[in-house]
Amino acid sequence: MKLTGAQILMEVLKEEEVDSIFGYPGGAIIDIYDELEKTDIHHVLVRHEQAAVHAADGYARAKSRVGVCLVTSGPGVTNTITGIASAYMDSVPIVILSGQVPTALIGNDAFQEVDIVGITRPCTKHNYLVMSIEDLAATVKEAFYLARSGRPGPILVDIPKDITKETTEYTPGQRVKLKSYNPTYNPNMKQLKKIGKLIESSERPMIFAGGGVILSKASRELTELARKTRIPVTTSLMGLGAFPETDPLSLGMIGMHGTYRANMCTSVCDLMIAIGVRFDDRVTGKTDAFASQSQIVHIDIDPTSIRKNIPVTIPVVGDCKISLEHLNQLIDQVELGNLDQKRKPWFDQIEEWKSTNSLAYEQKEVIKPQFVVEKLYELTKGQAIITTEVGQNQMWAAQYYQFDRPNHFITSGGLGAMGFGLPAAIGAQVAFPDATVVDIAGDSSIQMNIQEMATAVQSGLPVKVVILNNGYMGMVRQWQELFYDKRYVSTCMDCAPDFVKLAEAYGAVGLRATKPEEVESVLSEGLKIPKPVIMDFVVEKEEGVYPMVPAGAAITDMLLV
Amino acid sequence: MKEQKHIMTMLVDNQPGVLSRVVGLFSGKGFNIESLCVAPTMDARVSRITIVTMANPPVIEQIEKQLRKLINVIKLRDMTGPRAVKREMVLICVRAKPEFRAEILRIVDIFRCKVVDVGTEHYIIEVTGDEGKLTALINLLAPMGIEKIARSGALALYREPK
Repeated sequence: MKLTGAQILMEVLKEEEVDSIFGYPGGAIIDIYDELEKTDIHHVLVRHEQAAVHAADGYARAKSRVGVCLVTSGPGVTNTITGIASAYMDSVPIVILSGQVPTALIGNDAFQEVDIVGITRPCTKHNYLVMSIEDLAATVKEAFYLARSGRPGPILVDIPKDITKETTEYTPGQRVKLKSYNPTYNPNMKQLKKIGKLIESSERPMIFAGGGVILSKASRELTELARKTRIPVTTSLMGLGAFPETDPLSLGMIGMHGTYRANMCTSVCDLMIAIGVRFDDRVTGKTDAFASQSQIVHIDIDPTSIRKNIPVTIPVVGDCKISLEHLNQLIDQVELGNLDQKRKPWFDQIEEWKSTNSLAYEQKEVIKPQFVVEKLYELTKGQAIITTEVGQNQMWAAQYYQFDRPNHFITSGGLGAMGFGLPAAIGAQVAFPDATVVDIAGDSSIQMNIQEMATAVQSGLPVKVVILNNGYMGMVRQWQELFYDKRYVSTCMDCAPDFVKLAEAYGAVGLRATKPEEVESVLSEGLKIPKPVIMDFVVEKEEGVYPMVPAGAAITDMLLV
Repeated sequence: MKEQKHIMTMLVDNQPGVLSRVVGLFSGKGFNIESLCVAPTMDARVSRITIVTMANPPVIEQIEKQLRKLINVIKLRDMTGPRAVKREMVLICVRAKPEFRAEILRIVDIFRCKVVDVGTEHYIIEVTGDEGKLTALINLLAPMGIEKIARSGALALYREPK
């Protein structure tokens, strides 16, 4: 059967079980859009291509599936760069399909031409320019395979316009063959046995879990290991939800804004089992001082993550889930004795640290942002999918909402891209139309992709936006307060729009709270409305995120309130 | 930790853009490239890239891992050490005043290299060898005045078992 390139693309998308696409049309991809209309694939029309990628990111992370974007050539695809870079840093499986000028015009500086394969080379896992219709199906299939396998990541496929119109014979169900790509899923059992021995002998062990645990769907195995071996667990920002935060073994988040007890544990632990992490500088602080008395075990599917920032005693290259399954089986064969008794001094120490309640705050006359997040947690019973923007709002969301399940906290962790939260919430809502999806935002970052309110309204996606409105670019202001003698250069965001009216202008609902006693009623009212809602909370202007480790300091040098 | 010279060779897919993926990795991660050679192998679908780099042990470990992570890199080997044969070709344009001509030709003879172009005031010498030989030759010719030099960058092949 002869099909056009655009038709072949649709066939492959169906084979890959794509149900939703986030995109924005343009000249170079009209033919693809024309065919898309004839399929059952749900297309979400965004208002800016950056948002298309963030939305695909939110969809992919909420659903553990490959997210798909469709954009046109030139400015369409250059707008996606921030989204792609964010997905690359956070290892999110996304396939970006971009239009390109016809093959005959490539290199001629044609209208809306850009060398996007060249531009995105350092921020994609891999990318392709399809130069022949014969290669189209195999390339797109490869893209999906690469996006989701090994350490996931974004893959871009650039498709010239003439290729979408040409025809060729299409054979369905082609297999992907890549001789130079073979991720290591199965861990080295000898290494795992060594970990078993270390767990047996250690007195002050801790587990440090990251986003890799969520990506490999290993939360259950991680929880089993921690409970069976009585080892306390901290997670990175990306790992929130990998281990239930309400579990007594949870230490909370580690890092620059981590809890006092989690950060203190790293300084005296004698064994750190790091799973699916990459020891980001926001986690380790000064690397020489990080877990310096500890043996470090590092399990990760990406060998480049191991020994990149931190020297490791036992490296294990493998899938987190498979590795943890094997490790759990090994532990079952070991006589561990009475662990509670053995670890009593360690747990006593942790309890003592816990009594320094590093997340304490006092709610007085003005609304505290922490209070808003805590109330949101209560009212949603911890069941909501939370996305965030970047900055203080992101940290307060991470600190004051308790995540007991994976795939419920979606944030731009590595890149820290402001403007991420609203489109990501849209993507998560597309993945789970009946879930409560809340973007915890700041008044600055929400304005980076505020235009996506139109997307939410048009597509009937009832996302909720909680703005912690302090009139500042809060996190930068906090740094200026602490390290730049309060010189608030260009961080005051006076002249923000009236967010309630803005919501209404978009055809959404706007609510506002200015006093602490209004917080609960605004939240419960807003959460009930089956439409997109912006809730504007006018909060304490100069509230800071604490604890805080100054950049470059040891992780235990925390500024407390 | 001390930096050491490493010679890495890799087989890669012979496709457009593969070289820039490799080179882009080095520049993006702040790794260093001393020399670089690329050419097809007997299999037209596969090219061999040879890179000489200076790095300390943790960095060389990262370089190897990062290169292996590239989808188009099929095989990678660190050719540092005696188990690989290493050669580089150099073209040297040396000033050849009448009083030095005999001396230059004697050196050419001793080093078993060739004069490939003769002018009234210069020779172009073609020489192939390992790094030690090339350095020695260049040091000997330098006093006469080396006007131009073109180096191919190192190549390496692992020795087959005897």
